[in-house]
Amino acid sequence: MNTSTLLVTIIILIAVAYILGRGRSLVLADASKGGFRNLNSLPFYYGTLTALWCGIPSLILVGVWLIMDGSIIDQLLIKSFPAEVTTLPPSELGLILNTVKNIAAGNMVGSDTQPYMTQAAQSLKNINQTSQMAMTVLAISVGILLAAFSWWRIRPEQKARLQVEGAFKFFLLACSCLAILTTIGIVFSVIFESIKFFKTVPITDFLFGLQWSPQMAIRADQVGSSGAFGAIPLFVGTLLISFIALVLAVPVGLMSAIYLSEYASPRVRTYVKPLIEMLAGIPTVVYGFFAALTIAPLLRDGGAWTFEFLGLQMSISSESALAAGLVMGVMIIPFVSSLSDDVISAVPQSLRDGSLGLGATKSETIKQVVIPAALPGIVGGVLLAASRAIGETMIVVMAAGLAANLTANPLESVTTVTVQIVTLLVGDQEFDSPKTLSAFALGLMLFTVTLALNYFALHVVRKYREQYE
Amino acid sequence: MTPSPKTPNTMDVVNKNLAKRYRKEKMFRFYGIASISFGLLCLLFLFTDIIGKGHSAFFQTYVKLPVVMSADALGITDVNDPHQIAGGNYQGVLKQALRERFPEVTDRRGKRALYGIVSNGAGYELRALVENNPDILNTSLDVWVLADDDIDTYVKSRSSREGAYTGRFTEQQISWIESLIESGNVEERFNTTFFTAGDSREPEQAGIRGAMMGSLFTLLVTLALSFPIGVAAAVYLEEYAKKNKFTDFIEVNINNLAAVPSIIFGLLGLAIFINFFEMPRSIPLVGGFVLTLMTLPTIIISSRAAIKAVPPSIREAAMGIGASKMQVILHHVLPLAMPGMLTGAIIGMAQALGETAPLLMIGMVAFIVDVPSGITDPSTVLPVQIFLWADSPERAFVERTSAAIMVLLGFLVVMNALAVWLRKRLERRW
Repeated sequence: MNTSTLLVTIIILIAVAYILGRGRSLVLADASKGGFRNLNSLPFYYGTLTALWCGIPSLILVGVWLIMDGSIIDQLLIKSFPAEVTTLPPSELGLILNTVKNIAAGNMVGSDTQPYMTQAAQSLKNINQTSQMAMTVLAISVGILLAAFSWWRIRPEQKARLQVEGAFKFFLLACSCLAILTTIGIVFSVIFESIKFFKTVPITDFLFGLQWSPQMAIRADQVGSSGAFGAIPLFVGTLLISFIALVLAVPVGLMSAIYLSEYASPRVRTYVKPLIEMLAGIPTVVYGFFAALTIAPLLRDGGAWTFEFLGLQMSISSESALAAGLVMGVMIIPFVSSLSDDVISAVPQSLRDGSLGLGATKSETIKQVVIPAALPGIVGGVLLAASRAIGETMIVVMAAGLAANLTANPLESVTTVTVQIVTLLVGDQEFDSPKTLSAFALGLMLFTVTLALNYFALHVVRKYREQYE
Repeated sequence: MTPSPKTPNTMDVVNKNLAKRYRKEKMFRFYGIASISFGLLCLLFLFTDIIGKGHSAFFQTYVKLPVVMSADALGITDVNDPHQIAGGNYQGVLKQALRERFPEVTDRRGKRALYGIVSNGAGYELRALVENNPDILNTSLDVWVLADDDIDTYVKSRSSREGAYTGRFTEQQISWIESLIESGNVEERFNTTFFTAGDSREPEQAGIRGAMMGSLFTLLVTLALSFPIGVAAAVYLEEYAKKNKFTDFIEVNINNLAAVPSIIFGLLGLAIFINFFEMPRSIPLVGGFVLTLMTLPTIIISSRAAIKAVPPSIREAAMGIGASKMQVILHHVLPLAMPGMLTGAIIGMAQALGETAPLLMIGMVAFIVDVPSGITDPSTVLPVQIFLWADSPERAFVERTSAAIMVLLGFLVVMNALAVWLRKRLERRW
């Protein structure tokens, strides 16, 4: 049977195991032997224990089988190939394997099918059937056997509750360890590919090179055949756009937070705060569309008009860093404002009262007492916003350019780390070309920088919170 | 307390500066109001811009043509053969109708331009008519057919302030359209295609159904995985974990993952799920996996807050009458914390619904016409569809992109409103 029916069967088995286990505990607890009090745990726990024994091993078996069978079947197939095919380089072998799989699936009967391929396709079909069959039989029999064993083991004095609760706790622990696994997964996936990349392109060239043109030529004698992987233009472009975004977002966000927490009446606050926070809830692809189709043409035309009026020989590129940066700034206003709002509200009222009591105006109190007291928290918030701006993808993909210009002029087109990752990895790609691998190296840089910023920011914020608690 | 004559009176100094200080106070207040107004104006501008661009996509231009359903011209010899009916040359019949409507067009180029008035998918509408009622064969009837996107854009922009958008039209083409409009043969109708069709290269045939189903399947996978796992992790951290290095390490990881750029999760998905486990690209299952990892921190953090809000007295009371730890959690803590956790889950799902970048990495940007019917069918999602259409050069795609954005924002508003409602309605205060 196929995998989904197998899963349904296992679930039915689990339900049956639960009912049987519970039933047996009730039988053991019948009145002649002392009734319910005779049982160590409630019947529910005996049922659950049987169900766990039935379900978990067979589900794990199915999972491992599904992950492993692909590569094992590949190995078996390769062994069945003629000797001269087996010795081919891995990439060509992979192509042949794909052809065989396609033939087996009945997709394609190409002109260059060799007899050994059709033979292999036939045996692949057989192996697949056998594998599916073996998995079904094995999973179901493991489930039934273990359930029967556990059912047979049920005794009134068995500590079913402790065992079930142990399994429950283990499940919870495993779930919370997924966060660690994810981090490890991220680190490994970017580091391994990056190491492969740094074998072909020295790390110093990558970090300090001024030229970025990852197009690799097909022939060695073509122009630009080497491809240039100097990431400085990308770093500069990223910083430029993030800087523009922060220049807009920090003052606006901070002043909004100050007004909302210090001046606004509760009524205004309850209506305005969610509205401002709506800006953070809008998907970034919408901002990207807005930047590319509304703001960028607006800036370009407005700029052309202004420069003509002033008689300057300048123009604003239609993919200018300014458009992307400004829209990104609007997006991160709520980050700055809600984080600042939190820290400003955390400043003890006594500090304000003291300052007001000395005759300071409200704005003097805020500028000279509240803000200095809240400064570490605000800095933390700004750093978090900066990390958000650096890692932002869709706005820059849609509104910023692709050409890696090394410039600090916000009117020109620049490209960013995230834009390059997207352009290098979207679509089909081979995993061993430096072009693809360079995206992972960029990902590593991005991950390291944002991680450092986040860690530092969280540290600052936490330290600050402790100060007033 | 008489001030000495040499030092100036404090009150004098204060009074002298008072006007200036009050002015500064006013300015400061004004900056605050200006900042907030700026934020709100941006929001307003964004919405009006999107709605202004997108509202017209909900209507589609149709052209009325007198069509002769000649069985010969369609190539149908046997009315009872569904294959013949399905394979009929309906586009040819439409072309014939156009030639008859504008008999003055004789040259090849002119004819080709003429055929461009109706969509190249308009034949399917005729086919549907014939399939429903084969009796109309060999009769002539007036049929409303889908107009081409250029005509659609022209007709919609006729009444606008900047005048009609003519694009690549020649004078001749414009005169045809105007004559059709004058004779009342052009009509705007509600654009049902937009909600029932998958993607298409032709704007007038493109719809968001495929992307919506893709989003739905992806979100289902995400919800089915991230909610149980997130709640379980939150329960462990709040109820079981001892304060030690390991627990701290888990917490640091969760907090950092919450701030990792979403594109990094895309790289993870590409390297682990696609490259290592060799899962297929562009399927909602893998998209759901990636979004699960991305939304987990949000769900864990909000679930922890909800669990923390359950007063300890509840736990103590349950323990006191003999409940075990698992019973306390399953029978008391979780049901009481459920509204808060659901709110967090909905907000996490809203975040996942709007996410684009990681899905680009795992290949959900492919051009897929078919509406997916399961979690392993290749598909795209709503934000990625917006991204794809935003890149298309056809002008008619701009309004469709905006309309797709309106649909996406509509879903997000509904989800967030649901979250607020749940919090207001079900959350208990102790």
